[in-house]
Amino acid sequence: MTVLLEVENLTVDIPLAAGDLHAVRGVDFTVKKGETLGIVGESGCGKSITSFAIMNLLPQSAVRNSRRLVFDGQALDELSEEQLSDIRGNKMSMIFQEPMTSLNPSYTIGEQLIETLLRHRKAARREAVERAVFLLEKVGITAAASRLKQYPHQLSGGLRQRVMIAMALMCGPEMIIADEPTTALDVTIQAQILNLLAGIQSEFQMGQILITHDLGVIASVAHRVAVMYAGQFVETGSVAEVFETPMHPYTQGLLACIPIPGKTKRGSFLGSIPGKVPTLIGDQTGCSFANRCAYVKEACLLKNVPMNSIGSVRSYRCILSSEVCYQNAREAACS
Amino acid sequence: MLIYTIKRALLATLVALTVSMLTFGLLHLSSDPAVALAGEDATEEDIQMVRVDYGFDKPLPVQYLAWLTKALQGDLGTSFYFNIPVSKLLQQRLPVTLTLGACSLVFAILSAVPLGVLAAMRPNTKLDRFCLTLAVSAQAMPAFWFGLMLIVVFCLWFPLLPVSGSDTWQHFVMPTIVVGTNAMPAIMRLTRTGMLDVLATDYIRTARAKGLRPKTVLLKHALRNAVIPVIAVIGVQAGYMMGGSVIIETVFGLNGLGLLAYESIMYFDLACMEAVVLLLCFVFIITTFAADIMNAWLDPRIRIG
Ligand SMILES: Nc1ncnc2c1ncn2[C@@H]1O[C@H](COP(=O)(O)OP(=O)(O)O)[C@@H](O)[C@H]1O
Ligand SMILES: [Mg+2]
Repeated sequence: MTVLLEVENLTVDIPLAAGDLHAVRGVDFTVKKGETLGIVGESGCGKSITSFAIMNLLPQSAVRNSRRLVFDGQALDELSEEQLSDIRGNKMSMIFQEPMTSLNPSYTIGEQLIETLLRHRKAARREAVERAVFLLEKVGITAAASRLKQYPHQLSGGLRQRVMIAMALMCGPEMIIADEPTTALDVTIQAQILNLLAGIQSEFQMGQILITHDLGVIASVAHRVAVMYAGQFVETGSVAEVFETPMHPYTQGLLACIPIPGKTKRGSFLGSIPGKVPTLIGDQTGCSFANRCAYVKEACLLKNVPMNSIGSVRSYRCILSSEVCYQNAREAACS
Repeated sequence: MLIYTIKRALLATLVALTVSMLTFGLLHLSSDPAVALAGEDATEEDIQMVRVDYGFDKPLPVQYLAWLTKALQGDLGTSFYFNIPVSKLLQQRLPVTLTLGACSLVFAILSAVPLGVLAAMRPNTKLDRFCLTLAVSAQAMPAFWFGLMLIVVFCLWFPLLPVSGSDTWQHFVMPTIVVGTNAMPAIMRLTRTGMLDVLATDYIRTARAKGLRPKTVLLKHALRNAVIPVIAVIGVQAGYMMGGSVIIETVFGLNGLGLLAYESIMYFDLACMEAVVLLLCFVFIITTFAADIMNAWLDPRIRIG
């Protein structure tokens, strides 16, 4: 499979009155064609900022740096804003967390769908309308032609998110970034939207980054997963491996927090990770999870912990050896 | 939208009625119109005669109803001073004031909106601060003083424009600048904050994520939403302009409603005074009403409930 997106040592700093906020602190990943990478982590750990950094949609004051940021053979960090805008919405699209506010209240659904295609393709308006109707039907919206004349406030949150998905697909992108696409929706609708996204992703063989704070979502739709904590990835690997044997104490804690049907006994204790996420403002040394870790040692606090690789796709950020981590994972699963 | 318009129209009519009642009442109570009418060396009997003649002896509500019935038929009485029907007088003067108002409004909008947008595009830069300074100075400047300064510069130092009158378009240049400059700061600052708010919204991020060009994002997606609150303020500003015209028309000798208001007050021309004050109020009510309707029409959330 061809690599679509390569990110190496991506950092994002946001200058604040209290000092620089290191929202993303050296993130590496790749996304291949036809593959879904799940990024999971607690709210505030830098998931959205990571995705905005790829598209260069960061807040004005934010500073982005990277060793490599290559999409489809093009170095994104060397492109002008004009060249970047040719890629946005065209080869790479984004779906946001807030469907209620992500559509312009003053324009019809139709207009907002159509303008995307007309921006990137030499197409007649009629063709754009046809494409919009086709995609609205594709994302499961009935009476699509008449919906085109409706305004966002006339649609429910679930419908608006479907419209956002259709909008992202207007130009047939190679890659889609979905930032918590179901967080703001009712639980009953969440599954529908996720299935829809997964179906579309495999049908069009797109690369996808699916951001969520819900491990259950990752388990059902992602191929690979990256666990994010305080601006860094602390563990990456295939979904099967990470869920089977989580290496990093944080991942182990996260997995202990969700009940697994058939495995978790009724009425048994659901774990939670004690302690608070460290501040991202200012420099810090040592493992950022140290203050909440059950296995913390003095060495953890002394220097920054690099990623340890096991095999080609697995890695974790902990000073413990892989044998010890395996052992801990097994014990955590049994308890 | 129709129901909304009807509701607003009813409300506007109610306000208009209340205003007419208040104006009538206040003007009649402020001093005895019969005394003013009868002249300086009138005897007590003369005054009493005038009072009966004009119906000033009747209770105020009765006078008001009589006046309202006539007014609704287009009869606003006769001006004591000019000695012609007040309605004729208004017909002559209203176009001048409306022309001045329209020109000033266009001038204010054309200078305020672009400046507001520019300032919002580069917040807290030199450009932004320049716009803010401009707005603050424009607001701090008294209209009559600014008017006199313009006269000094463009009539005395560089004799380019006529000083007073309302015969040619040149006569309207300086008044337009003065009145427009007065209305500009409020519109500019609201455009700026409106744009700043809108530029930070999620749907602007969506527009950028779609790859739309900066110009499209700014003008099509941002400005369209940012002007909605601005229009309400423009409506109010248009109303203020009507009130401000009293001063400006006097300074520049423009033969409009404002000057008429001044003259009728000077000579205590009651019928005329009433009519002018009411007309100015009505223009205010109408512009506010128009702004409301335009707002609703621009905002689909109101247009299509
Ligand atoms: N515009 C901003 N200004 C300042 N700080 C921000 C801004 N956006 C995000 N942050 C901070 O950056 C960190 C990461 O945020 P984000 O990527 O939104 O987290 P999440 O993982 O929930 O998507 C958080 O600590 C947040 O407070
Ligand atoms: Mg987020």
